[in-house]
Amino acid sequence: MKFKVRHLTTYRYAEPVQLSHHAAHLRPRDVDGQQVGPVEVSIRPEPAVLHDGGRDYFGNPTTFFTIQHPHSTLTIRSSFVVETSGQPELQASVSPAWNTVCFDSRIGRGLDDTAMDYLFASPQVPMLAEAAAFAAPSFPAGRPLTEAVMDLVARIHRDFAFDAHATTVGTPLATVFGDRRGVCQDFAHAGIACLRSVGLAARYVSGYIRTIAPPGREKLVGADASHAWLSVYQPGWGWLDVDPTNNMVAGPDHVVVAWGRDYDDVSPVRGVVLGGGDHQVHAAVDVVEVA
Amino acid sequence: MQDFQSVYRPQGGAYDEVLTARGEIRPHWRAFTDSLLGFDPAEMRRRWDLGQRLLRDNGVTYNVYGDPAGLDRPWRLDPLPLLLDHDEWAAVAAGIAQRATLLEAIFQDLYGPRSLVGRGLIPAALLHANPEFLRPCHGWRPAGGRHMHFYAADLARGADGQWRVLADRTESPSGAGYALENRSIVSRVLPELHRSHQVERLGPFFDATYRSLPGLSPRHSDDPRIVLMTPGPYNATYFEHAFLARQLGVTLVQGEDLTVRDNNVYLKALTGLQRVDVILRRTGGVWCDPLELRGDSTLGVAGLLQSARAGNVALANAIGTGLLDGAALMGFMPALARDLLGQDLVLPSVATWWCGEPDACRHVLANLARLIVRPAFVSRDQSVVGASLSDAEAARLRAAIAARPSDWVAQEVGGTSTVPVWTGGSLESQHCVLRVFAVMGETGWQVLPGGLARLSAERDLITTRLQTGGGGSKDVWIGTAGRRDSLPPVRIRPPEVRLTRDNRDLPSRVADNMFWLGRYLERCESSTRLLRTALGHIDDSLAQDDGPQARATLLIMGRLGLKVPDGAMRLNVEALPAGLVGFHADGGNPGLANSAERLIRVVAHLRDRLSADTWRAVQHLREEAGQLEAGGLDEDVIGRLNSIVLIIQAISGLVMENMTRGPQWLFLDAGRRLERAIAIVDTLGGALAGVDGEDAVPLEMLLEIWDSVMTYRSRYLTAPRLAGVLDLLLCDESNPRSLGFQVSALSRHMDSLAAIGDTGGFYQPAQKLMTILSGTVRTIDIAVLARYERDAGYHDAERLLDVLRSRLWELSEQVSRSYFTHAQWRLPVVRMEVLP
Repeated sequence: MKFKVRHLTTYRYAEPVQLSHHAAHLRPRDVDGQQVGPVEVSIRPEPAVLHDGGRDYFGNPTTFFTIQHPHSTLTIRSSFVVETSGQPELQASVSPAWNTVCFDSRIGRGLDDTAMDYLFASPQVPMLAEAAAFAAPSFPAGRPLTEAVMDLVARIHRDFAFDAHATTVGTPLATVFGDRRGVCQDFAHAGIACLRSVGLAARYVSGYIRTIAPPGREKLVGADASHAWLSVYQPGWGWLDVDPTNNMVAGPDHVVVAWGRDYDDVSPVRGVVLGGGDHQVHAAVDVVEVA
Repeated sequence: MQDFQSVYRPQGGAYDEVLTARGEIRPHWRAFTDSLLGFDPAEMRRRWDLGQRLLRDNGVTYNVYGDPAGLDRPWRLDPLPLLLDHDEWAAVAAGIAQRATLLEAIFQDLYGPRSLVGRGLIPAALLHANPEFLRPCHGWRPAGGRHMHFYAADLARGADGQWRVLADRTESPSGAGYALENRSIVSRVLPELHRSHQVERLGPFFDATYRSLPGLSPRHSDDPRIVLMTPGPYNATYFEHAFLARQLGVTLVQGEDLTVRDNNVYLKALTGLQRVDVILRRTGGVWCDPLELRGDSTLGVAGLLQSARAGNVALANAIGTGLLDGAALMGFMPALARDLLGQDLVLPSVATWWCGEPDACRHVLANLARLIVRPAFVSRDQSVVGASLSDAEAARLRAAIAARPSDWVAQEVGGTSTVPVWTGGSLESQHCVLRVFAVMGETGWQVLPGGLARLSAERDLITTRLQTGGGGSKDVWIGTAGRRDSLPPVRIRPPEVRLTRDNRDLPSRVADNMFWLGRYLERCESSTRLLRTALGHIDDSLAQDDGPQARATLLIMGRLGLKVPDGAMRLNVEALPAGLVGFHADGGNPGLANSAERLIRVVAHLRDRLSADTWRAVQHLREEAGQLEAGGLDEDVIGRLNSIVLIIQAISGLVMENMTRGPQWLFLDAGRRLERAIAIVDTLGGALAGVDGEDAVPLEMLLEIWDSVMTYRSRYLTAPRLAGVLDLLLCDESNPRSLGFQVSALSRHMDSLAAIGDTGGFYQPAQKLMTILSGTVRTIDIAVLARYERDAGYHDAERLLDVLRSRLWELSEQVSRSYFTHAQWRLPVVRMEVLP
């Protein structure tokens, strides 16, 4: 599949912001199964300091910028063309029993170095007893890892209600488990917490998803969205991206931008501002299939 | 003469620092114990009292987290030092320097290629499960190439006499300031012993620290700007931050004092933004930069990490050094030393098991009762003594360890030595741990010849964190081995002094606090005066059995600005005084105690800016105000209020006589004058509002509140008349309690403050306001103001007072806008919401 992705984020501040520092993940990282053309990034007003093109600890392209004069609006625009071919298919039959490959310090079994970062508590994903309890039914000893993971994903999809108003970016994961409601970010965090609780490495993936208009209606511009899912590490094979919001293995409709331990590591735009008072954020995303 | 063994008996079962197992005095203690026996108990008590007073006077305190009453707990110091033999110390110091070198090498690897993990010398989980492994710091080569500039370690001496390391302190090693303070006090309590024992001096270590700082600056400048960054007065060891800043001559700053522009760090000073080159960091790593680390931090500086990574500012220690703070790594140190340094460890560690390893975890679970268990990574020490747990608690702990083994570490109990401690009349045997300090000096790691010994009556309960302390402390004396320094102490400082009289680095926040110190000082005083006047008159009325008069007094005082509790008029007259005092003694009400609390809070932020005497006076004020609360009416309340007024006067006097007339003083005095001016206007307004003629104006009380009774009497022989009182309190610029006096002082202050900045010769808004205010006050026609009209009352006077009041408030706003604005920017963290 070939898509053109456009992403526009607008901040409006009630009072002028005197100084603002931002860290953003705007440029998709290089991933197998996805080829990205040149990325155009435009930030208004013009930043006084711009560091674009560096990579963070997790290998994601990162854009740092600072605006040093008073401003009441900030817009960040990025656009690129991407060609996706999806992940190589993983046959459940080749998947080992999860409990023979998971991290287990009691017997001194570790994971590959690249997976260790994604095994422990992280800022947005604490180790919760609720997560361990929720995970347990999907992980009987001896079950193939892929099968167990897909079962977990299906259960999250079934038991958690999609509700855009139930949570905010600051809602603790314990509340999400308690209320069983939230958005893609919450479902991804919930899945990550479950997988880590059984000793599997799981990371948070942020990106985009192409949405299909309901039959008979035209697709609206700007109606697509940033999306988040998770990726689980199967020792000996690699990372498998799964999407609990849509109960599926991530496919060619998923465009990867960045990954990290949780949302905190990869939020599209992070900022600290001086002044500004109340603020409004608006994001518009377009994922359009191109020839 | 008695022998020492008859007055001191060690607890037994542990190495005693003074007595051998056979009860003989160790050689390096002999001269000391002999001298000590020469003191009679009364003499010893006198000296102990002196020590306590010095601690209080120097304001040596620590704070306890999570305890509302935990601010400014007095530091506890035993007058008897811990003596260590010179040769033995040399080995300890070599071990500390080696360990610091080793830890630095580990930092270089873990924040770089991570080959130690790949080669299995450090388990991957030990790194990745640690929340202090700050990933944004990975790959960063700190300015100067080092992560660690300061290092400390906690040591304990086992029954075999060997010192062992309990924990490494790599994040922001605190305690050296307390050690220096301990020395200065003990050397005054036991001057003759200190002299005769030829103790290694601590000064050279701090001189070395001082000299090592400019070299950290990434800019080649003769005069780099160095600041000490503190989380603020609520941090456990804020006393030390202020103390060290003063000792090292660097500016004490909080996160909000700094800002990053153009990838450089600046201090928001009164004179504008000043570039910062070196930050001595006492703020925890994760709190340092809300942009890349914890987003909810208000203690940090957005963009600090980027600036540091770009090499534009040096941090000592670098952000991320919390990674090796604690005890989790202990068991791996011997192999790391052989691998990285090709050496064996000079100082062994206390037996430690990190539960992330299967064998270690099994050992811990099987031997819980003989171990101290702590979280492996959390930087707040919450150690649990296995033996003290109930069966249920032990089961819970076992389950927690089994669930997440890598989060736990356990150490052997009981490897601490005993020392004699003076407990008001006799010597008691207590356990001690020793914190030692090192700094990267010009020629390598330098170890402080001394340290901080901390005490505990029970062997198990010694925690290795300062803030959980509560046990006492001891100075540590290292003998010079007869090597007598023939030269007097030389404090080496940079050769040339560049003469200066300005206060170039006054942070705007400090100016802001000074201004509010002035305001709260005055508010405290006027609350006290109002309360005193009211109580005096009410007591008189009650003595004459005149209940109605007592109530009338209260009504009038309420109009004059005294805060009166709701429903006071419904109280039984006899209960009025107690009700009033009780109300003002409760900090929850807008009364005296509240003003005093605000005052003390501001002072806490100005610790490094006020003299020790001023600090003492404020402590005294706190005690008196606290007594007011405790004492109720049984005490001599009026006497207590008198003494509060005197203390506030003493603080004013100290400020007047001791502060240079720089911007700090200008802000403090401007705050004071402004508050007083507003209070005068408010009192006069309250006195004139709605009265039916001059007889109804409480003239005597006005004079009493504004301390002008004597002046009035010396001028007028008659009973007070309104015109005379108005002239004295509004216009007479020679009366320090008149509005005219305040306005004229404020005019001068605003001119002086304007002169600090570059104004291009234009009058500033505050100066313009003062021109209007001065003109208004100087053109007052008293005859007109004092005229009563049947229909309109004192209409002219009231209108004038309204105008003055709003101008004065405008001035307050203007001062904030002109001088403190950047101090008042808060840091709301804006984060994007991910859409579904």
